[in-house]
Amino acid sequence: MPVIDYKTALNQAFAEELTRDESVFLIGEEVAQYNGAYKVTKGLWERFGSKRVIDTPISEAAFLGLGVGAAMMGLRPVVELMFWSFAYVGFDQIINNAGCVRYMSGGLINVPMVIRGPANGGTNVGATHSHTPENFLANTPGLKVVAPATPYDAKGLMIASIRDNDTVCFMENTLLYGETGEVPEGSYTIPLGVADIKREGTDVSFVAHGRAVLTALAAAERLEAEHGISAEVVDLRSIRPLDEETILHSIAKTHRVVLIDENKPFCGVSAQIAAMIAEKAFDQLDAPVLRVTALDAPAIYSMPLEKIQLPTSERIIAKALTLF
Amino acid sequence: MTTADSTQAEKSKKSTSSCVSTQAVINLTLTPEQKIKALADMWRIRRFEQQALKFYNQDKIAGFLHLYIGQESIAVAAASLMNGQDEMITAYRDHGHALAVGMSMEECMAELFGKATGCSKGKGGSMHFFAPDKHYWGGHGIVGGQVPLGLGLAFALKYKKIPACALCFLGDGAVNQGPVSESLNFASLFELPLVIIIENNGYSMGTSLERSSSIQHYLAQRAEGFDMAWGLANGSNYYELRAKLHEAMERARSESKPFLLEVATYRYYGHSIADANAKKYRSAEEIENYKANHDPIILWQKQLLEEKLLTEESITAIDEAAKKEAAASVAFAEASPWPDPESIFSDVYYEVDQDSEAGRTGAHFFSDRV
Repeated sequence: MPVIDYKTALNQAFAEELTRDESVFLIGEEVAQYNGAYKVTKGLWERFGSKRVIDTPISEAAFLGLGVGAAMMGLRPVVELMFWSFAYVGFDQIINNAGCVRYMSGGLINVPMVIRGPANGGTNVGATHSHTPENFLANTPGLKVVAPATPYDAKGLMIASIRDNDTVCFMENTLLYGETGEVPEGSYTIPLGVADIKREGTDVSFVAHGRAVLTALAAAERLEAEHGISAEVVDLRSIRPLDEETILHSIAKTHRVVLIDENKPFCGVSAQIAAMIAEKAFDQLDAPVLRVTALDAPAIYSMPLEKIQLPTSERIIAKALTLF
Repeated sequence: MTTADSTQAEKSKKSTSSCVSTQAVINLTLTPEQKIKALADMWRIRRFEQQALKFYNQDKIAGFLHLYIGQESIAVAAASLMNGQDEMITAYRDHGHALAVGMSMEECMAELFGKATGCSKGKGGSMHFFAPDKHYWGGHGIVGGQVPLGLGLAFALKYKKIPACALCFLGDGAVNQGPVSESLNFASLFELPLVIIIENNGYSMGTSLERSSSIQHYLAQRAEGFDMAWGLANGSNYYELRAKLHEAMERARSESKPFLLEVATYRYYGHSIADANAKKYRSAEEIENYKANHDPIILWQKQLLEEKLLTEESITAIDEAAKKEAAASVAFAEASPWPDPESIFSDVYYEVDQDSEAGRTGAHFFSDRV
């Protein structure tokens, strides 16, 4: 199987869907002639032309709303945000229009749109460019939220998201764009709402999404090698819909859990998972549910400090050891 | 006369004279039946909303109620020009547009009453009426938030090569929202078939135009900043309004160019019925002046009398029919059931509603069920 990087996997997904379905179009800042700020859409404008791959002015509210309006009319827009941090100037369009119009119309309308872009800290660009709004988005019934960690998952989930008939917020990560992995050629889908066990284990469950999955995997390797503790790594992949069963099944096996989350702790994704575990798996637990999240302050610029602000293997291992 | 009042009056004078508009081809081809239907549609909107007001005051209707009374000619004129493929979207003052495109009073009144038979099954309320089958896309609550959606409707028409236009309505207050300016630039840059109609009733809630806009006289003049054509119309003159709208719509359809049309109009009630200051930020004289001298329905009725298309008797019959229909819609709404509590969880996700594989995979809801 070919080994490609995450951004190329996404690029393949777009090419597959642009070819398959005339109603799919890509739109956003620098997605066409510039090939994407992070080259995720490289070559697609040349191949598919200006009707299907569209550069926009810097007007997030306008092109997010354009996507919603076009999707209401049956098109399938894939809207790129150069950073998910920039969604905040167009949040009304995402929350009120994409998220609520189906409900407020009593089901007369649906919005088959993908909103995508990187949502991560760790690149020393300061607080304004380092937001991880998956928790805000997942807090809006009507929206779906996915956060793939690997190239394979990125391609399969992107194709599934474009074909989904609801709005999917697709959280990428600039630090993952260059990560490589095996990815089949051609088209395949990974259903939303299905988590993936990225590493089998018996003693403790690590539950994570996005890049935190890779951090959790690294921590699990060291925990086994240095402490003889076997950690299972559950990759959520999809945040809403959420695969609660796979999480609960893992905890029923390990009886201990650490939630790892690059999101901030207050009402973050891991807070929702912790509440779910408390409600549904209390009797399975041999120890408290613990979390390793981003340290609770705006993203700091300073290079060595931002490294420790996000979850690290060291913090995960230290936290896991307190459970035994 | 207040400044806002004189501004509106001046705009009426600045716009094309009714003589020219009457002779516009689009009006010359109007049949007597179409002219009378326009009058009937305006009365239907007014009588519907008067019933809504009555039952709002009896606590049968909750939330906000933004009345269109005084502005009826605009939605009616626009709807009369839609070609079966044109699209329409508006803000929260949406009852008039809904009725004008052909939604029934019953489904609209039932929605106001929060009943299961409402156009949005009681899930949207006054500000959120939709009828995609009639090319009517709402009904949107956040000021200016519908304008990027209108941009998307126009974009989709062009993308699908449909020779039609999107009509996007907003109020005078909304022109100050950032996404509106973004959308004007976008529509002009991408040459989208979008007709943006500012229904300028002089007040953004309680703030008069002179206190909210740096450009005082012509809000539509902002189009110049985006290299977009613009114009003015008098909402009290049905022929003129219709001719101006037609011109803008034809341009959008045939040349795929946007147009910003400002229509001078006036609302008789407050921003919403919850607007306690409705009679404080403007004088009683100002309101009475509009009712007496600028009412779009009365003036259109007068016009049709002059054209000998109506008699006093037929006017009474049209109005009585509207009143009867409005009263019947209340009876329908009152007799209708409340939505089933289970319905709280439907119409959130398309895939869940369809019970598709995607809708059955993973947890979509996280609270207790009813």
